[in-house]
Amino acid sequence: MKSKNAIISSILKNLLSWIATIIMLVPVILILINAFKPDEEALTMSMQLPSVWTFSNFNKVIEKGKLVRSFLNSMLYTGCTTVITVVFGSMAAYVFSRRRTPKFNMVYMYVVLGMVIPINYVTLMKIMQITQLNNTIPGIILLYVAMQTPFTIFLIYGFVSKVPVELDEAAIIDGCTPLQLFIKIALPLLRPALVTAGVLCFLNTWNEFIMPLYFLNSSEKWPMTLAIYNFFGQFQTSWNLICADVLLTCAPVIILYLLCQRYIVGGQTAGAVKG
Amino acid sequence: MNKAKVYPWYFAAVSVLLYTALSVIPGIIGIGYSFTDWSAYSKELHFVGLKNFIKVFSASDDYLRYISNTLTFTVVTTVFKTGLGLLLAMILSKGVFGKNFHRATMYLPSVLPILVTGLTFTSILNPKYGFLNNTLRSLGLDFLAKKWLVDPKLAFGTVMTVDIWRGTGYIMTMLLVGILAIPKVYYEAASIDGANAWQKFKYVTLPMLRQTLAVTIVLNVLYGLKVFDIVYTLTNGGPGHRTEVMYTAVFKMMSKGLYAEGTTISSVMFIFMVIVGYFMVKILTRNEVVE
Repeated sequence: MKSKNAIISSILKNLLSWIATIIMLVPVILILINAFKPDEEALTMSMQLPSVWTFSNFNKVIEKGKLVRSFLNSMLYTGCTTVITVVFGSMAAYVFSRRRTPKFNMVYMYVVLGMVIPINYVTLMKIMQITQLNNTIPGIILLYVAMQTPFTIFLIYGFVSKVPVELDEAAIIDGCTPLQLFIKIALPLLRPALVTAGVLCFLNTWNEFIMPLYFLNSSEKWPMTLAIYNFFGQFQTSWNLICADVLLTCAPVIILYLLCQRYIVGGQTAGAVKG
Repeated sequence: MNKAKVYPWYFAAVSVLLYTALSVIPGIIGIGYSFTDWSAYSKELHFVGLKNFIKVFSASDDYLRYISNTLTFTVVTTVFKTGLGLLLAMILSKGVFGKNFHRATMYLPSVLPILVTGLTFTSILNPKYGFLNNTLRSLGLDFLAKKWLVDPKLAFGTVMTVDIWRGTGYIMTMLLVGILAIPKVYYEAASIDGANAWQKFKYVTLPMLRQTLAVTIVLNVLYGLKVFDIVYTLTNGGPGHRTEVMYTAVFKMMSKGLYAEGTTISSVMFIFMVIVGYFMVKILTRNEVVE
C-alpha cells in the first residue's frame, strides 16, 4: 500500500515539474521558432515550424537595427561597469567587514540601504545635466556602477568574514602594504564571491533598460535593450525580425547563465541567504 | 595590528561617493523640490508648501490609485511567487528525474531582460492573433479567449501574472538551495517520531527555511515597489491608468514636464522605503556571521 502511494506521488511530482517547465519554456520556444520564419509567416508568433528556415533574418536585423554598434556599446558599458563595480565594491566590502566599528557599521548599513531606496529620476536627470554627464558614455557607466554597488558590496561582505584574519596578520608582519594585502591575500580567496558578483552585475547591467531610455538620447550610443525596443516600435508586425533581435540580445546573458549557473545560484544563496 | 592602518577607510571611498552622488543625493534634493512648482515651462521656482503632497494624496486625482496599484502588485506577486516557488522547490527537492534540467529552465526567465519578456508577451497575449487566444480557440475554449491586456478589468491581473511567470523560478531556486541544505537527520528523527509528510514540512522544513524565506520575501517586496519595466512594456499604465504604478506615473509626469509632481511621487516613495527599508535591511543582514 505504501509503495503504491510512493509511486503515485512520484508520478505526480514528475508531472507537475514538467507542467511548470513547459509553461516556462513555451515563450522561449516561440521566439526560437519564429526567429527563422520567412516574412509572410511571421505576422504573429505561432508554434508552427517555418516552411523555409530563414537564416537571413539575422543579417537583416543586424543591418536594419544597427546591432553591431549596439552590441559593442552594450559590451563596453557592461564590461566597464562590471569591472569598476566589483573592484571598488570588493575593496569597500573588505574594509566594512574587517573594521566593524560602530561608525563603519553605520556606513555599511547606509550603503546597503541603497538596495532599497528608489531612484528619483527627475532630480537625477538634473544632476546629470549639471555635471555634463547626461548622454555621455562615462555618465551612463557611472550611473550603472552607482546602481549596482550596494548589492555587490552586500554580496561580497558576507564572504569576507570567511577569509581568516590570521592571514592578514601574517601578511602584515611579512611587510605587506594594505593594498598588497588586499590584492595578494584577500582577492584570490574571495574569487568565488567576485565571480558571482561580477556575473550578476553583468546580467543586471546588460538587461537594464531605464537608464539608457532616459539618459542616452543619441541612437549611436544605445545598448542592445534600447535598440530592440526601438526596433519593436518600427517593425511591430515582423515578428521574425523581432524574434531574431530578441535572440541576439539574449544570447550573451543566456550563454553566461549556462556557463556560470553554479556561481549565480550557489553564490547568491550563500551570500544573500546565509550571509 | 592597527586596523585603521591595515584596512584604510579610503578603500571604501569610491563606492560610497558614487552611490551617494547618484543615488542618495537625487533622493534628498527631490524632497526639497517637492515643495516647489518646478516644471519645464517656467524658469522660476516658487515655494508652494505642501500643495504637491496634498494633490498626491487627494482622492480627486488618480495618484492614490497608482499608490494602491503598486501596493497590490507588490503583495500579489510576492504571495504567488513565494507560494508557487515553495511548492515547486518542495517538488523538485526529492524524487524528480532531471532535476537540474527543470531547475535550469525555471530559472531562465529571470536572467532574460524584462523588456524582452514584456515584448514577447505583448505578442502572445494579443487578443486577435496572439498565441494564447489562438491556442484557446483551437481547443474550443473560445469563451476563455479574452482581451488580456486591453480589457480594463483584466489588464492588471494579466500584468501581475506575467511577472509571476518571470519571477517564480528565481524564488524557487533560492528556496530549493535552502531546502537541500537542511540536514537529513531532522527528517529521519521526525520519521521515527511518526511524523507524516505534512508534519515534516510544517515542523522541520518551514522553520529551517525561515531566514531564506525572509530574504526572498524582502527581495520580492523591494522589486514590487520599484516595478517599472514589465508594466511599461506590457501596457505602459493603460488602459485608462488601470495598470499605472508609481514609477510609470513618475516617468509620465517627467515627459510632460511636470517635474514637481514627478519628484513628489518619487519623494513619497523615497521616504516610505527608507523607513520600511530600514527594517528590511535588518532582516537581510541578520545572522550574517553564522560560522
